[in-house]
Amino acid sequence: MNTCPEQIVHYMHAYLDGDISRDEERLLKEHLVSCKECKEIMNGLTESIAFIGSATNIKAPDSFVNGVMAQLPKEKSQAGVQRWLRSHPFLAAAAMFLILMSATLFSSYGNDQQFSVTKQPNLVVQGQTVLVPAGETVKGDIVVKNGTLRIEGEVDGNVTVIRGSNYMASTAIVTGKSEEIDKMFDWLWYKMKKTAKDIFPSSKGDVQDEK
Amino acid sequence: MDELINKRINEVLKGNQNAFEEVVTLFQHRLYQVCYRMLGNAQEAEDIAQEAFVRAYINIHTFDQKRKFSTWLFRIATNLCIDRIRKKKPDYYLDANVPGTDGLNMYSQIAASGELPEDEVERMELQERIHYEIGRLPDKYRSVIVLRYIEELPLQEIGDILKLPLGTVKTRVHRGREALRKQMGNI
Repeated sequence: MNTCPEQIVHYMHAYLDGDISRDEERLLKEHLVSCKECKEIMNGLTESIAFIGSATNIKAPDSFVNGVMAQLPKEKSQAGVQRWLRSHPFLAAAAMFLILMSATLFSSYGNDQQFSVTKQPNLVVQGQTVLVPAGETVKGDIVVKNGTLRIEGEVDGNVTVIRGSNYMASTAIVTGKSEEIDKMFDWLWYKMKKTAKDIFPSSKGDVQDEK
Repeated sequence: MDELINKRINEVLKGNQNAFEEVVTLFQHRLYQVCYRMLGNAQEAEDIAQEAFVRAYINIHTFDQKRKFSTWLFRIATNLCIDRIRKKKPDYYLDANVPGTDGLNMYSQIAASGELPEDEVERMELQERIHYEIGRLPDKYRSVIVLRYIEELPLQEIGDILKLPLGTVKTRVHRGREALRKQMGNI
């Protein structure tokens, strides 16, 4: 063994890897014929490779694929939403705006539980009831929130009752519009109309201060 | 093959999770086998191979479609196996059954973790013996030997999977072969 050139073992591996030159292969073969020990090493190497190579193919258990699919993160719907947002940026912005807007509107509907009434001379307020006394004339609009309005006299303007009731006596006269609002939708509509009115005052300039 | 895979991958990228099922089906046995040979334990192999697929799914957008998908997938799996081997405490289950393997039981489980008396080794059946000998190889050599002689991959591809230069792969294959020859010695 000591007499064997060091190259021989390299040649063996090069041979097994299939990247040996012809000259090297010839040298190796010549050496193996003459050297019993090296021949044994070479055989040992080829045998162990053949041994490992004869391993049967191992298959994954039947439940394998389902196991993987069950472990995948559920991001399908999220991905769908993201895709939609990316392809419709304008609609997304509009939807966002509407959501935020309606949120502020609804929150103010919920918080607005207090009784309030437009201050006008000669209106009589008794607890949660507002009275337009008989024979009197109220000049201007009346808005009552969370209360009852009784009209026995005359109102020269619009009458609005939000979440309350409006009783009109036979003597009552309302020159403007009279409306009662108690549904969410009506209230929203009213709020929108009012906002529009506040932003664009009508040319008549008859907007009354609510104080 | 590669074309089909890339088509499925594009579907996965578009959010179609079911397209990934086909990818898993195509590669499950090869990936499981590599994990099983490297870890020596069926339960662990199933866990790790499944985790490798899950990670592939999560990171699918980082896969470069000009490259070979199997190489990328094998890299994820071998990295997980190597991590697992490093962290491995002696927590093998001697009395547990090994599902999905015929004739591989207790021996195959001990294989990765220790030596057996010679007479017991001699009584092993061929497949048990193969598994045992692979398990006895040092980790460094085991991965290249499994990829080279079980998966029958070219040396260059093994280098791509393990992110090793070709020269290093060759050296490890040589030493792995040498180690196998020595540990089997007298069959």
